[in-house]
Amino acid sequence: MKGSLKRELWVVGIFALAGLVVLPLLNTLAPVGSALHVSTFTLSVYGKYLCYAVLAMGVNLLWGQTGILSLGQCLFFALGGYALGMHLMLLIGKLGQYHADIPDFMVFLEFPKRYPATGGLPSHWIPFRNLAFALGAVVIVPAAVAAAFGWLAFRSRIKGVYFSILSQALTYAATLLFFRNDFTFGGNNGLTDFKFLLGQDLNAPSTKRSLFIASVLLLLGTYALCRWLTSTKFGLIQRAIRDSENRVLFSGYATADFKLFIFVLAAIISGLGGALYVPQVGIINPSEMGPDKSLEAVVWCAVGGRGSLIGPILGAISCNALKSYATHAFAEQWPYFLGGLFIFVTLFLPEGLVGLPARFARLRRRLKPPSAPTP
Amino acid sequence: MKSFNLRTLSPLLLALGLGLARAADTVKVGVLHSLSGTMAISETSLKDILLFTFDEVNKSGGVKVAGKNYMIEPVIVDPASNWPLFAEKAEELLVKDKVSVVFGCWTSVSRKSVLPVFERNNGLLFYPVQYEGEELSKNIFYTAEAVNQQAIPAVDYMLAEGKKKFYLLGSDYVYPRTTNKILKQYLKSKGIPDSDIEEIYTPFGHTDYQTIVASIKGFAAGGKSCVISTLNGDTNVPFFKEFANAGLTSENCPVVSFSISEDEFRGLPAKELAGHLGCWTYFMSLKTPENAKFVADFQTWLKAPKVTGIDYTVSGVDTKGRVTCSPMNLSRIGVHLWKQAVEKAGSFDVDKVREALIGQKFKGPAGEVTMQANHHLINNAFIGETLPTGQFKIIKTMKGVAGEPFSSKFLGTN
Repeated sequence: MKGSLKRELWVVGIFALAGLVVLPLLNTLAPVGSALHVSTFTLSVYGKYLCYAVLAMGVNLLWGQTGILSLGQCLFFALGGYALGMHLMLLIGKLGQYHADIPDFMVFLEFPKRYPATGGLPSHWIPFRNLAFALGAVVIVPAAVAAAFGWLAFRSRIKGVYFSILSQALTYAATLLFFRNDFTFGGNNGLTDFKFLLGQDLNAPSTKRSLFIASVLLLLGTYALCRWLTSTKFGLIQRAIRDSENRVLFSGYATADFKLFIFVLAAIISGLGGALYVPQVGIINPSEMGPDKSLEAVVWCAVGGRGSLIGPILGAISCNALKSYATHAFAEQWPYFLGGLFIFVTLFLPEGLVGLPARFARLRRRLKPPSAPTP
Repeated sequence: MKSFNLRTLSPLLLALGLGLARAADTVKVGVLHSLSGTMAISETSLKDILLFTFDEVNKSGGVKVAGKNYMIEPVIVDPASNWPLFAEKAEELLVKDKVSVVFGCWTSVSRKSVLPVFERNNGLLFYPVQYEGEELSKNIFYTAEAVNQQAIPAVDYMLAEGKKKFYLLGSDYVYPRTTNKILKQYLKSKGIPDSDIEEIYTPFGHTDYQTIVASIKGFAAGGKSCVISTLNGDTNVPFFKEFANAGLTSENCPVVSFSISEDEFRGLPAKELAGHLGCWTYFMSLKTPENAKFVADFQTWLKAPKVTGIDYTVSGVDTKGRVTCSPMNLSRIGVHLWKQAVEKAGSFDVDKVREALIGQKFKGPAGEVTMQANHHLINNAFIGETLPTGQFKIIKTMKGVAGEPFSSKFLGTN
């Protein structure tokens, strides 16, 4: 166990060095066109993968560590995204298509008639002008939704597949709600065409680089938190719940409270990932909380290796990098290609990508002829 | 080995040089349409028609710039009906593949998602699907119908038919919302009181139209009523079934739909909609020599899909029951307008091509189109009556309607 932890810390160290130092430096210092140059586009695409990796860590905290399979984790990801997206939307100012004070979609939905007192801005939008409030909402909104849903579900002892189905229904219901234009969050189009953040031009390479570094830091922070959590007594109970919840319950632990805490924590982690995701991809809309997106996040965990802490990171980055590559290189066949790969991994690599080295080691041992007995 | 001197090598080198020169004479063009996911059913047809058009252009000698013939080389990507992926793929096409132009997008949200990418990288996008307007990017050319080229002509037709009451029914997203908002203003300016206009939205995938059809029936009881429908996709089937069940017909309450074209009828039962109306700037049933040739050429191409002039294998083209429709026609027109503009500009440079595009004319299957300075076309608009075969009988033609994205301009309001 100690050896594998050491190896994991090495991998994380290399990752941190690459993400915080090497890639940003290659982006700024290496001349454009040289083999070493990392384009801003590549950097922002990887920034997006890192946000997905944060989401996958949230899924893994529930599924891999606690045995709760949530099929609605993207709801929290999207809620975090919306919270920051609202702030970004209000920063556009008069640079929209209508050159109005309020976001474009509010103009064409005739919000000034609905909310004449505020010039068209619904009252719950107003505090989002403040970045601190928006950042607070990034944490609090997903946490509150998770707390309410989790409290009801865990208190009623809803477990296993029933919990999975409920979580999926929750995110689907939220998708339909956000699709409605009357819900005041931009309907199907969602929030897009952001221009600024913290007074910086969002399209500038330096801003994109900073967002990438922020994503690396968020992922490292999430990793550190999860690593610390597993080393505590809390982490032990968490794993005990995963392995046999009834025994933990009969030992006198209120498992529902533990699960609720983990569920809320995972929601906050996912929400933070979503908040960093939005300025990097430039759009947030209800399809981000569709049930299929949450399923995808579960697949990344499975491919990378659930249970381990770096598995989900590896899975999220490799699956998305592969998808980016395949949708260009095999535009018409890629769904078969990726689908086949997922089936292969589930059938033949139950521990996921992180299980590969151990698997190779076992294979080598089996192939190696038994050594002659020492005299 | 010594006998290999320069003289014996020179034909080889020459051949190699020619080969390289030939390989260099291509121009990369991006195709950004969803080939998987929910939008694939609509967008795959546009990918097909684009490949057909590239073949058409290459067969006629490609794009001629500075005495050279450039063959169009498509770069096809699949944004998979995923809006953030649209932005990523668009940037990849512009930054990594360095394509000269991109043809793509269907939904408004996908266009909204890629718009900042095209503006940031000074790319060029041709957008071919009828839309809500209220947008004008210097990096996008909208061959699509603006509201005043589809919805307004349809309402004009209904007014001329003596209709006095209008039921505006749509799916709840930006295109129906904006279109209906504009139509309400327009109808008011034509003297239709608010009490005679009803506006209802249903969510995506809605199937229960009983209540709505009952309310339409009440609304239409006095006669002289019609429904303006911006329902999209498969919600049309339950709606029209319920509509017929309630005893409503195209006689007592016609429905004019803006989102159903010939290509949609490959997946929808047309007989449920027979007699109701559609309005587009192109119908497959148009009787012009250009259209006859377009339809026939496309059918021939489908038998052996390929892109002439380059090493490129076309795969995954559905050949059964293929038709042409307005978005397909407008996709093709976009390619031809771009080619003409490049040849006029003598360069693939986006700024030069953008300038040359303004005023560019093309004699298409539905008549001549002209690109205006507002990046929209002057085009003919047609009202068609749905036939049980999934085709349309053209019952009215409006010539030379100039597309205008901003309703404040064509409504004369501010």
